[in-house]
Amino acid sequence: MNYTASPLAIILFLSFVATVLGISYHFARKTKSASGYFAAGGNIHWSVNGIAFAGDYLSAASFLGICGMIAVSGYDGFLYSIGYLAGWIVALFIVAEPMKRLGKYTFTDALDSKYNSKGIQLVSAISTILVSLFYLIPQMVGAGSLVTPLLGLPHWAGVVMVGVIVIIIVATAGMTSTTYVQFFKGGMLVVFSLTLVFLLFSRGISTSPDQGGDVSYHNFITLEGTLDKNEKIAVKTPGYKIHKQIDVDIKGKKLLFVKLEKEGVPSVWKYNEQKSLLEETLFIENKKNGDILYNGAKKEEGRFFQVGHMSEVDGKENGKTKTLNSMSFIEKIKNGTVVRWNKQVVATEDGKMSIYYQNPTSGKEILKPGLKFKVDSKKGATTTDKIDFISLMLALFLGTAALPHILIRYYTVSSPASARKSTIVAIAAIGLFYVLTLYMGLGAMVSGVVDLTNDNMSAPLLAKSFGVTIFAIISALAFATVLGTVSGLIVAASGAVAHDFMDRFLGKNMGDKEKVAAGKIAAVAVGAVAVILGILFKGMNVSYLVGWAFAIAASANLPAIIMILFWKKTTAKGVMASISVGLISSLGLVLLSQETFNNVYGLVNVKAPVPLNNPAIIAVPLSFLTLVVVSLLTAKKKEKTK
Amino acid sequence: MQHGPSTEWKKDKASSLKELLGKWMFLLYTLVYAGFILINVFSPEFMGIDVGSLNVAIVYGFGLIIFAIFLAFAYNHVSTHAEELLCDDKKEDKE
Repeated sequence: MNYTASPLAIILFLSFVATVLGISYHFARKTKSASGYFAAGGNIHWSVNGIAFAGDYLSAASFLGICGMIAVSGYDGFLYSIGYLAGWIVALFIVAEPMKRLGKYTFTDALDSKYNSKGIQLVSAISTILVSLFYLIPQMVGAGSLVTPLLGLPHWAGVVMVGVIVIIIVATAGMTSTTYVQFFKGGMLVVFSLTLVFLLFSRGISTSPDQGGDVSYHNFITLEGTLDKNEKIAVKTPGYKIHKQIDVDIKGKKLLFVKLEKEGVPSVWKYNEQKSLLEETLFIENKKNGDILYNGAKKEEGRFFQVGHMSEVDGKENGKTKTLNSMSFIEKIKNGTVVRWNKQVVATEDGKMSIYYQNPTSGKEILKPGLKFKVDSKKGATTTDKIDFISLMLALFLGTAALPHILIRYYTVSSPASARKSTIVAIAAIGLFYVLTLYMGLGAMVSGVVDLTNDNMSAPLLAKSFGVTIFAIISALAFATVLGTVSGLIVAASGAVAHDFMDRFLGKNMGDKEKVAAGKIAAVAVGAVAVILGILFKGMNVSYLVGWAFAIAASANLPAIIMILFWKKTTAKGVMASISVGLISSLGLVLLSQETFNNVYGLVNVKAPVPLNNPAIIAVPLSFLTLVVVSLLTAKKKEKTK
Repeated sequence: MQHGPSTEWKKDKASSLKELLGKWMFLLYTLVYAGFILINVFSPEFMGIDVGSLNVAIVYGFGLIIFAIFLAFAYNHVSTHAEELLCDDKKEDKE
């Protein structure tokens, strides 16, 4: 779809940025010490820190990615919400208080508190930087996606803008300003998501969602067609001229498309054999000369429609409900039929064409797992598919408590009890938000607002269907979401460089001023690298990239954290080996997986050496096992020496 | 450069009790979460069974979120009481 910038959206966006920079300027004058820069002086109140935790955690992946995934794949997107929230249980019951008790500025401090080992300082600093960078990429990609509808700017401009603003925030005041930015954003995000869901309930569901009367829903029509013995399609409806038939074979299942022309306007249709009908599709042509046509025209002509509707509500094909509530909203979807859209890419003489065709799906299927993740053997799920699903859920469960920007927030409060209480506030706020993601995602799915070229925009576009004001606020908040999360990640990475690597590993023995200066320089450098990666990874799926970061964090950091806390025989070499093996194995498995081959390297017909797409189920146990074996071996050596 | 805690606080005599409670609560939640994953993998059709106006998938999913919030508050309640009983000068969290 074509986006046009709204003046109100620009004004609100600029107000948000001004507020954020104002907060940074205010705290910059107070931030002189290393403790102030890296840990906000340990003076943040637990309630503020709890909402700031929510701000840190509700990143672009949560707000944009999950809502988008629910909008196109139903319940499977909600599995991310469940997994992300469950991860906080590990953080609260296992990690929160001990991390606060053991560390000072970074999680390396906590890991190394018993050993004072150069090896631990080095590998955990590297792990922090790598996990932060992997988490930064999707945030930057998300920023690029957002500026186009919000400000009408290209993707790279959004990435550079976020980079510059965040570098200013972090390099001026560090963790204090980052905390208040996150508090402000986290609180606003939950409040306005709640508002959006209430507006959704009050509007109800219609088979022709017209965005509150503002935008008439495109009526997708059918034509009469026949198929002869040679599987050639003929069109009975007069006025259409057949341009070309496109046959696609997917593992023995045939899909028949035909490109037609009427009065010079091209269109692509899918043949429905059961009903002998041609069903209207949406299509994008990527020409070899770089031109991109949306339904045969340039983007500005607006021929590529927003989609998402129910073909049957309350048993009627032209149905409309009254005001709904949290139960009846789900019940109406469960008992109806939702038109989802499948994508098929085909090669053409002049490049390639992506065809989006209708797939009416029963509400019961929408509200249970299986549309994105293959888990049902009856629908062709293999053992590998099931292991992959378990691996993803394991990574989400174990990854949260090992993310560097989450771990450093335990040092911004005054005591272990405050660390616990702030985690509980975070769980309540994040839990409420994740319940709302199901309603926002399903709401987008049936409200005619989904942009098939960018499902990450589903939640902001749902907001737009209620008017430009709430769209502007939600979009500005989404942008602030990116700003806040990126700030936290850059503080974590700069702490790893300045405190763990330079001060401790290299033994520079820096004073407070020098350490803060080194942290600021590191923040600028990490920010610059993140900007470059954000531009290079344009178009990658945000949730998919975050899945990498969780799996790498869970494999590299969590086994060491847990074993140090609960196994007295853990040795420094065991910790080093565990982090190294977890990092290398998870990264290696990700880089050799089928999804990376297809989506990153563009090797569509090449079989990848690793059948799993999420490495956690192999890399996490391997990292635990390495720690135990190396610790036992090195402990023995010590005893022998004695 | 020292790398101990960034702020000072009194010795926490309730820490072993909190640790034990945390481990059991973690184990309990892990079992419920594992049950959710295993049902998804081995009996996905069970997830589609109606439960009033919802279904098992939605009820279990919401249940996991609400159960996490409930456990968090219960853990904090017990921990705060333990700190008040076992730590004499426990005032730092009444900020």
